[in-house]
Amino acid sequence: MSAASLLSTTPVASASKRGASRTAYILLLLPLLWLFVFFVIPLVSLVSTSLYDPAGSLETGYAMTGHVQNYVSVLADYRSHILRSFAYAAAATIACIVLGYPLAYAIAFKAGRWKNLMLVAVIAPFFTSFLIRTLSWQMLLGDQAWFADALRFVHILGPDGHLLATPFAVVTGLTYNFLPFMVLPLYTSLEKVDPRLMEAGSDLYASPITTFAKVTLPLSMPGLVAGTLLTFIPAAGDYINAELLGNPRTQMIGNVIQNLFEGGSYPEAAALSVTLMAVIVVMVLVYIRRAGTEELL
Amino acid sequence: MTRAGKWVADHLVLGAGLMVLLYLLTPIFVVVLMSFNDPASRIGYSFDGFTLDNWRQPCLPNGLCESVVLSVEIAMMATFFATILGTLMAFALVRHRFRGRSGVNVMTFLPMASPEIVMGSSLLALFVSSGLAGALGFWTILVAHILFCLSFVVVTVKARLAGLDPRLEQAAMDLYANETQTFRKVTFPLVFPGILAAALLSFSLSFDDFIITNLNAGQEVTFPMYVWGAAQRGIPPQINVVGTAMFFLALALVVAGEVRARRASRV
Amino acid sequence: MSLPDAPADDLVLEGLTKKFGTFVAVDDLDLTVPQGAFFALLGPSGCGKTTTLRMVAGLEDATSGTIRLGSDDITHRKPYRRPVNTVFQSYALFPHLTIFENVAFGLRRQGRKDVKGAVDDMLELVELGEYAGRKPAQLSGGQQQRVALARALINRPQVLLLDEPLGALDLKLRRQMQIELKRIQVEVGITFVHVTHDQEEAMTMADTVAVMNAGVIEQMGSPIELYEHPNTTFVANFLGQSNLICGTVVATSGARVHVEVEGAKVQAPPGVSGTESGEVWVGVRPEKLNLSEAGSEPDGGSNVLRDGRVTDVSFIGVSTQYIARMPWGQELMVFEQNTGARSPYRVGDAVDLHWSPDHTFLLDPAQDVTAGVEREDAL
Repeated sequence: MSAASLLSTTPVASASKRGASRTAYILLLLPLLWLFVFFVIPLVSLVSTSLYDPAGSLETGYAMTGHVQNYVSVLADYRSHILRSFAYAAAATIACIVLGYPLAYAIAFKAGRWKNLMLVAVIAPFFTSFLIRTLSWQMLLGDQAWFADALRFVHILGPDGHLLATPFAVVTGLTYNFLPFMVLPLYTSLEKVDPRLMEAGSDLYASPITTFAKVTLPLSMPGLVAGTLLTFIPAAGDYINAELLGNPRTQMIGNVIQNLFEGGSYPEAAALSVTLMAVIVVMVLVYIRRAGTEELL
Repeated sequence: MTRAGKWVADHLVLGAGLMVLLYLLTPIFVVVLMSFNDPASRIGYSFDGFTLDNWRQPCLPNGLCESVVLSVEIAMMATFFATILGTLMAFALVRHRFRGRSGVNVMTFLPMASPEIVMGSSLLALFVSSGLAGALGFWTILVAHILFCLSFVVVTVKARLAGLDPRLEQAAMDLYANETQTFRKVTFPLVFPGILAAALLSFSLSFDDFIITNLNAGQEVTFPMYVWGAAQRGIPPQINVVGTAMFFLALALVVAGEVRARRASRV
Repeated sequence: MSLPDAPADDLVLEGLTKKFGTFVAVDDLDLTVPQGAFFALLGPSGCGKTTTLRMVAGLEDATSGTIRLGSDDITHRKPYRRPVNTVFQSYALFPHLTIFENVAFGLRRQGRKDVKGAVDDMLELVELGEYAGRKPAQLSGGQQQRVALARALINRPQVLLLDEPLGALDLKLRRQMQIELKRIQVEVGITFVHVTHDQEEAMTMADTVAVMNAGVIEQMGSPIELYEHPNTTFVANFLGQSNLICGTVVATSGARVHVEVEGAKVQAPPGVSGTESGEVWVGVRPEKLNLSEAGSEPDGGSNVLRDGRVTDVSFIGVSTQYIARMPWGQELMVFEQNTGARSPYRVGDAVDLHWSPDHTFLLDPAQDVTAGVEREDAL
């Protein structure tokens, strides 16, 4: 059987059921093996590393002692980092919704022939390095930059106030970095909304705001849910923005994990990683369930 | 609403959208600008004067060009393997009904849903616990990159394949094409744009990755790692030359693709 | 093995069955399509007609039964090994290939010589010569339809299958293409099997129509036969419209069956089996009914139902459609030609309905009187 015929068996329903699923397993063999060896096993070994005795080191080796104490100690030591991570990620996600929704809406319904150009502009940041772009915020938010001057001039910022190295700078960076991940799924959802539905809404005596709330927003919910997840999850685990735009008091859980690994404290680092993953999985499950019942927002 | 009110409302949304776009694009202007910077000192990050020197000697800073070459090598290999593996998987998921299909679907989705720091640290935990702590380097980076690119390839190719009308392949078979010919003449050409998009996405994800790479790189320095290191020591303007060049290269690719697509649909 | 008494290339389906899980899409179907016929499979969506077509094309595997082309058993042959081609619903033109390459596709796969000449000729036949270099997306619906036809026809199949080929076209274009298709079929002499849910389309184009419902063929014959002598309530309602009135057989004398209908005596030719005695459905087409003022004397030998009251009048140009409520509460449809012989009746007028016994048909009383009635959502 040639490779091509493996990939093309179903358009005609002539292959027997068993033959068809055998083909599927042949196709899946390598990719699944890869995912298993380099995704599932690592997660298991992360969990087991988190239970090692922290007294060991890379050189001497670790003893597997089922040391649940690791979790207790990292939760005690780094509780503020964990809370801060989720607070920043939530703030960035909300900022992404506030900024991203009008943009996605404008592209979907108001851009006309500029639609494609605007879409390219949304993905344009991906054309260059994430780190270099984040570095340029150092300059844009710096003390000498005109933006800080302008804010000082209108007294939003005190004469000695800073923008850089503040929580504001970190959230700005996170928002900036993950905004396209909010805009693109939102746009995809909004684009599928038939503009006549909105006309029908206003024809049936709904004000523009009511039409938006009762027609457009519910129809764009799949995009909003996807965008929220695509923004919140990477933002919660990020440490680049906190490192480049923040200060020691704005450190997030990612910074701690990275530093612990660099310092060789593998069991604690692993315990924090597992905690982060567990919290995210729980939050995502709760969120998806709630969003599914339209109680979101 | 009055006519004037409607005009204002229409343009308010568009105006707000354009402001947000400006926010998205401003850092890119800074990158381009800074590639022509003549820095007064190594500390601080501000535009001090215009020069073309950075473009004349992009490889001047120690290790910069080596890191770009390493990143391109890894990105190309990761793209190659991830695209093949992901395409196989997408075909299996869209074209076949088999036991455990929804489980496989979840498996492909999970790596995208886990934070990079978790994926990176779990890979590190695996490498360390299997005694490979000393062997971290090119191959461990490649393994990690193939892993996180794989899910994106599956999603992209799957979308293209699911949008493919099965009647096109049936029509080919009806017109005397056997399975192999149907695949070569109809299925593959129609799915190819999706595979190409997946490959481009993989390349840019791999080239740009920092968090996972940083944990599993050993002594190797990729381009993002070089930038990270430079950010602590003082940023050479040549970094922005690389960033600017990347940007315009990618832009040219996208524009060329768009122009081709338009020409093909117009004639 | 060859069957000497059968013409070489008839398409014969025997006991053909297709099950999807427990759902029986096509149920023990027997059918012979003579070579060179223009054959229509007519039925509502979900009746199994498309599944039947796909089994003939080889795109669906038969659960049981056989498909033969002449003496060749093709039941389990791959689609690309059958001398059968299909015009797909919404065409399935290859979007990445030009019109020329779409039409050339089948010839190239068979390794034929002089592809260029054959394709040019075929594009000429469907009047698309100047569009050879374009992509399908740049053509109108009607043009795409003709490409789909050319792409299939160029292979000179023994049987051409057409799956709702005109469904995506607007009414005017559809009428035009119906005539065009009929012309091409006569010209090339290939067997056409045409699947449609549009009864008018089936009757205009096909020599033989098979009406399909719930996986079985209800009735098969020429359009006139089906229309004038429906065998089931489904056919009576699905092909055109019918008035079906409950009656009781009282006597049979020679070529006439006497039926009592709500107190009146009417006559009919003998009907299908099951209508020899007892209760029957008495059917008559609306355009066969005539109206006259209540109490007037009809021609001798006519069937008469008296004392109707006009409850609705729709004037539609060539004819006027009336609804008359009968004393027992049933509403009957009457279509009258606007010959100008007398002025139309108005709502509230009292009328008698009369018609010739020859235009009466009797149907099995066990059948559902509303079977096959076209509803809005069935369009």
